[in-house]
Amino acid sequence: MTDTKGPDKVATADEIGLSAREAAAPPHAAAQAAPPHAAAQAAPPHAAAQAAPPHAAAQAAPPHAAAQAALPRDAASWARKVDRLEVDHRSGVRGTNVAGRRLTGPVQGLGKMWQKTYRMDAGSQITPEQAIATWREHFPEFWPKGNRFAGALTGINPGDVALLDLSIGGGVELSTGVFVLYADAESFTLMTPQGHMFAGWITFSAEREGDTTTVQALVLMRANDPLYEIAMTLGGHRKEDKFWAATLTALGRRLGLPDPRVETRSTCVDSKRQWRHSRNVWHNSMVRSVLQTVLAPLVGLSRLARGVKSQA
Amino acid sequence: MSAPAITMDVRRVGETTAVVDIRGEVTAACEPVLMSAYEAAGGSATSRLVLNFGGLEYMNSGGIGMLVTLLVRANRQRQQLAAYGLSEHYREIFELTRLDEAITLSDSEESALHGVVR
Repeated sequence: MTDTKGPDKVATADEIGLSAREAAAPPHAAAQAAPPHAAAQAAPPHAAAQAAPPHAAAQAAPPHAAAQAALPRDAASWARKVDRLEVDHRSGVRGTNVAGRRLTGPVQGLGKMWQKTYRMDAGSQITPEQAIATWREHFPEFWPKGNRFAGALTGINPGDVALLDLSIGGGVELSTGVFVLYADAESFTLMTPQGHMFAGWITFSAEREGDTTTVQALVLMRANDPLYEIAMTLGGHRKEDKFWAATLTALGRRLGLPDPRVETRSTCVDSKRQWRHSRNVWHNSMVRSVLQTVLAPLVGLSRLARGVKSQA
Repeated sequence: MSAPAITMDVRRVGETTAVVDIRGEVTAACEPVLMSAYEAAGGSATSRLVLNFGGLEYMNSGGIGMLVTLLVRANRQRQQLAAYGLSEHYREIFELTRLDEAITLSDSEESALHGVVR
């Protein structure tokens, strides 16, 4: 574990080149960023009362307004329920091992359950909302080299599915994805699909502690299957720790910190393995990615042959 | 971390069951409150813990993570975890996160006490 020491001085929003949206991110940024219907759902009850007199609101309200008003204020922050993931084509990634997969939380995983926390002191000049707005808007840019995150062009929003190519060594890339489970002005959470290295979620958040803002990535996970559990034990955890520490460091630099320091803490929440989920190995994206890489030339030749045959 | 805007009251129902009435906001900040309630409701004599979400006003992903931690503790004690009082919105979140596969969801307290799934 490394100690976190906050910088004495950090740059202003102008100096570090925050976009106007990031710099201006107020506590209700999620409501602003959300689609119109979502914003309506997220609006606190008193907002409508302030905007218009009672009779006017009643006259202007669409038929479904009453139902929307009954929703809690977190409604726009959660993704809508999905049974299986659907994906759009994204350039720059292979995009396999995601379509049709179910989401997996810690309940569905096999390995020991871990809670890992990566924390960084972001200083006093950046608000939690600005830190999260920057993180949501530029999420892929903070990933270590060799790993690709292909999300929606609009950043991180509830219900999005992002496709990932992760470097696992030996020239092989693991193709998988993540689902944006939750996103608001101060946090967002990604959940993994079947076949991912781990079953669980990662919550990225920022909060004010006294005069300083602290940003954090919190992973709650179990390895998805026996192969991943072995891989995590044989260096996977260490690699993951480096990955998220590097990500937070890159975010810190973007936020203008001269010397970002990340504190890592891992706790085994449950040392029991859930062997009943051994069959998760069928979806293992690492095995499938290796096969897809090895078989790619054969598949290409087969397609070429079919094309020649149909032309003839 | 800000103070949690939540209360959790524990009721014992019979010798082996306890109900936790949750009112307010379920976030990661309320973990100490939930764990205190769990301690009050727990003990080796309790085999079934029922969470009443009828007063739930807000929940974020940190709150869901905290429920997973509670689930682990309950499993360690071989206790069953059940819930009722969830609005359609929160029931969908339990289904989306697949927590409903480990926490039995019911429509009423009576059903939850007897393990009847909706």
